Amino acid sequence: MLGGALTLLVVASALLSLLWTPWSPYEIDIASKLRPPSSSHWLGTDSFGRDIVSLLLAGARSTIMVGVIAVSIGLTFGVTLGLIASARRGWTEEIIMRFSDFTFAFPAVLSAIMLAAVAGPGMVTSIIAIGIFQIPTLTRLTRGSANAIWAREFVLAARAAGKGRFRITIEHVLPNVLSILIVQATIQFALAILAEAALSYLGLGTQPPQPSWGRMLNDAQTLLFQSPMLAVYPGAAIAIAVLGLNLLGDGLRDLLDPRLARER
Amino acid sequence: MFRKLSIVAFALTLAAAPLPVLAQGKKDSVVMAMALEPPGLDPTNAAAAAIAEVTLYNIYETLTKINEDGSVSPLLAESWTASPDLKTYTFKLRKGVKFHNGEAFNSAAVKFSFERNAAPNSTNKDKSLYQAFEKVETPDADTVVITMKYGEPNLPFLLGQASGSIVEPKSAPTNVTQPVGTGPYQLGAWAKGSSITLTKWADYRNAAAVKLSKVTIRFISDPAAQTAALLSGDVDAFPRVSAQRTIAQFKADPRFTVLVGGSRAKTIVAINHRKKPLDDVRVRRAILAAIDRKAMIDGAVDGFGTPIGSFYVPGALGYVDTTGVNPYDPEKARKLLAEAGVTTPLELSLKLPPPSYARQGGEIAAAQLAKVGIIAKIENVEWAQWLSQVFAPNGPHNFDLTIVSHVEPFDLVKITEPDYYLGYNNEKFNALYKQIVSTPDEAARAKLLGDAQRMLATDAVSAYLYQPQLITITNKKLKGVWKDVPQYENDFSTWHWE
Repeated sequence: MLGGALTLLVVASALLSLLWTPWSPYEIDIASKLRPPSSSHWLGTDSFGRDIVSLLLAGARSTIMVGVIAVSIGLTFGVTLGLIASARRGWTEEIIMRFSDFTFAFPAVLSAIMLAAVAGPGMVTSIIAIGIFQIPTLTRLTRGSANAIWAREFVLAARAAGKGRFRITIEHVLPNVLSILIVQATIQFALAILAEAALSYLGLGTQPPQPSWGRMLNDAQTLLFQSPMLAVYPGAAIAIAVLGLNLLGDGLRDLLDPRLARER
Repeated sequence: MFRKLSIVAFALTLAAAPLPVLAQGKKDSVVMAMALEPPGLDPTNAAAAAIAEVTLYNIYETLTKINEDGSVSPLLAESWTASPDLKTYTFKLRKGVKFHNGEAFNSAAVKFSFERNAAPNSTNKDKSLYQAFEKVETPDADTVVITMKYGEPNLPFLLGQASGSIVEPKSAPTNVTQPVGTGPYQLGAWAKGSSITLTKWADYRNAAAVKLSKVTIRFISDPAAQTAALLSGDVDAFPRVSAQRTIAQFKADPRFTVLVGGSRAKTIVAINHRKKPLDDVRVRRAILAAIDRKAMIDGAVDGFGTPIGSFYVPGALGYVDTTGVNPYDPEKARKLLAEAGVTTPLELSLKLPPPSYARQGGEIAAAQLAKVGIIAKIENVEWAQWLSQVFAPNGPHNFDLTIVSHVEPFDLVKITEPDYYLGYNNEKFNALYKQIVSTPDEAARAKLLGDAQRMLATDAVSAYLYQPQLITITNKKLKGVWKDVPQYENDFSTWHWE
C-alpha cells in the first residue's frame, strides 16, 4: 500500500512537471540564489537561484524516464534470452548463460564509464549502460523460473499434444513466469534509479542543464557547509522513490505468489 | 554503566593525548594543499600551473625573481643591463651556486637551459620567447648575453617564470620525476595522487634564512573537502582555495588568516574562430552581448572578480577599461545574430574543464545564451581531454566555446601564435604586438597596449569575463604567505611559524 502510494507520488510529480512547475527549472536568477524556503520558493533556491521544488519535480521526470527505458531494455533482452536458454537447453543455454555471467561482472558504473569514454557522457549513454547492467539478472531469473515450468506436467501434456517449443514458451511458460518478472522489474526499477543518480552524481549521467536528482546532489556537495538542506532534498527524493518501489515489489510478490496467498 | 563510561573516558584521553605533541613538533614543517596535482616536476616541458606551484623558487630557481607586487629582483642573476633598443641583455650571474647534485651553476647551464627551451621538440610553455633569442653568448662563466630578434621590455620578468627555470645539463632529462635545481628544497617523496614532500637542502647558499625544514603538499580538488581539511587543521595553508562560498566562516574563525589578493588571471569564454559562424565578428559580438559579466562573477566565483573587457587586467601597464565596448544587451545580441544571417536556435558546443568557475559559469552562460537563441550544449571534460581536444597547439581544436582562466601574466603574445586555440590570426593585431615589444619607451608602450586591448574588445576575440580574485587561507600563526600572486607559485623560503 505504502509502496504503491510512494511510487504514485513520484510518477505523479513527473507527470505534473510535464504540465506545470512553480518556476522554470532552467531559469537562472543569480540575484536570488540560495534563498531559504519561503512562500514563493517552497524549499528555497539553489546556487543558481533555481527553484528547488521545480528542480525536484523535473528531476523525477529524468529519473523515471531513465528507469523505464533501462528496465525495458533489460526486460526485452533478459526475458528473451532467458526463455531461449530454457527452451533450447544444450549449448545455446551454455552460451547465453556464460555471456550473462560475463556481463554480470561489469557493474553499471564501470560500463557507463566505458561507454562514456567511447560515446561521450549523456543521458542516452547512461540509459544504455544501466539497461545492459539489467540484462543478466533478468536472464538468470527468467531461465531459472522457466526451467521449473518446463518440468511441470501440463507442459509435458502440451508437448504430447504436439505443440512446438515456441508455442509452449509463449502460451504456457511466459504467462507462468510473468508474475515473478513483474516483481523483479519493480526492484530493478529501483536499482536503475539508484544507478542513474550515482552516474549523474559522477557527471556521467544526465548532463546540465537537464535537471536530475543525482546532479542536484553533486551541486549541493560544494555547499554542504553553507546550505546542507540542498543535499537533503534530492537525497530524500531518491530515498522515497527507491523505498516506494521496493515496498511495491514486496507487496506485488505477496499478492502474486499463490503459496503466500494460501497462507493468508 | 559506570564502568562503560570510564572505559570510554579512558579511550578519549588516549585519543586526545598525541594532539599537543603534534602541534609542538610542527614548528619547522608545514602542510599545505593545492587543488591539482602536477603531472610531472619539470616546469620547462609542460604548461600545467601546478608544476610551478610546487617547484618554482623552491626546487628550481630562475635568473630573476618575480615578487608579490609584480616587481622583479635578482635571483640567480645578481644584476643585468639592457641595451637601449631592449634587444640585448647582459646578466651577471651569482657566484658559488651549486645544483643539488653538486654540479656548479654557471653560464653554460643557463645557455643549455634556454637553448633546450627553444629546441624544435621543446614543449616549453614559452617556447616562442626562447625561439626569439637570436643567440645566447657566454663570454665567461659568470656572464650571459642574450640577443633577441626583437626588443622585449619584459624580458627580466618573463625569465622569472617557471618556464625559465635553470636546469643542470646532465640531470635535465630526468627532472620530471627526479628534479635537480639550485633551490632551497629537494624532492623528499611523491606519493602519486596524494602528496609531495619537499625537504630543505642543507647545502643551500642561504640555508639559515630558510625556516621550514619540511613542506608537505597535499592534493585536494573537491571544494567541500578543501574546506573540511582546513577546518579540521589537517592543512595549515591553502593558497588559491576554492572556498569562495565558505569564506565568511573562515573570516569569523580566529584560527585562520584569510587573504584575498589580486591575480593576473583572465577568465574568459573562449570562442573558436576556426568554426563557422564564429568567424563572423557580429556573431561573436552577439555572444558577448548575451553574457552578463556581473551574473557570471556572482554565480561562478561568488563575487570574487573584477570585470574585464579584453585579455588584460587592471594594474598592468597601460590597462584601459574596455568593459563598455560590448556591454550586456540581449536585445542587441538578437539583432546582431539576425544581421549576421544566423538562423536561431544556433547550436554550439560548450566544453567545460573541471574547476567550479568553469562548470558553474558554464551553466550560467548557457542559460544566458539560450535567451538570445544560442543553444550552448554543455560537455563536461577532464583536463587531459580539454588540453588535447581544445587547447593543444597541434590538436584538433574541437570546440565552439569553452570557459577557462588564463593565469599567466603578460600573455598577449599567445594571441599572435598561429596555432593558438582561439584561431584569431589577425595580421593587424600581430603587427601591433610587434610594435609594442619593440617600443622601449614606457609611456609610448602603454598607449600601444591600450590600442591592443581596444582591438581585442572590438573584434570580440573572446567573451572576456573577469579577473578572478584569489583566496588564500592559512593558519593564523603561519606568516610570510603571499597575498597577491602575479604568477602561480608558493615561495616556501619566506614562510615561517610565528
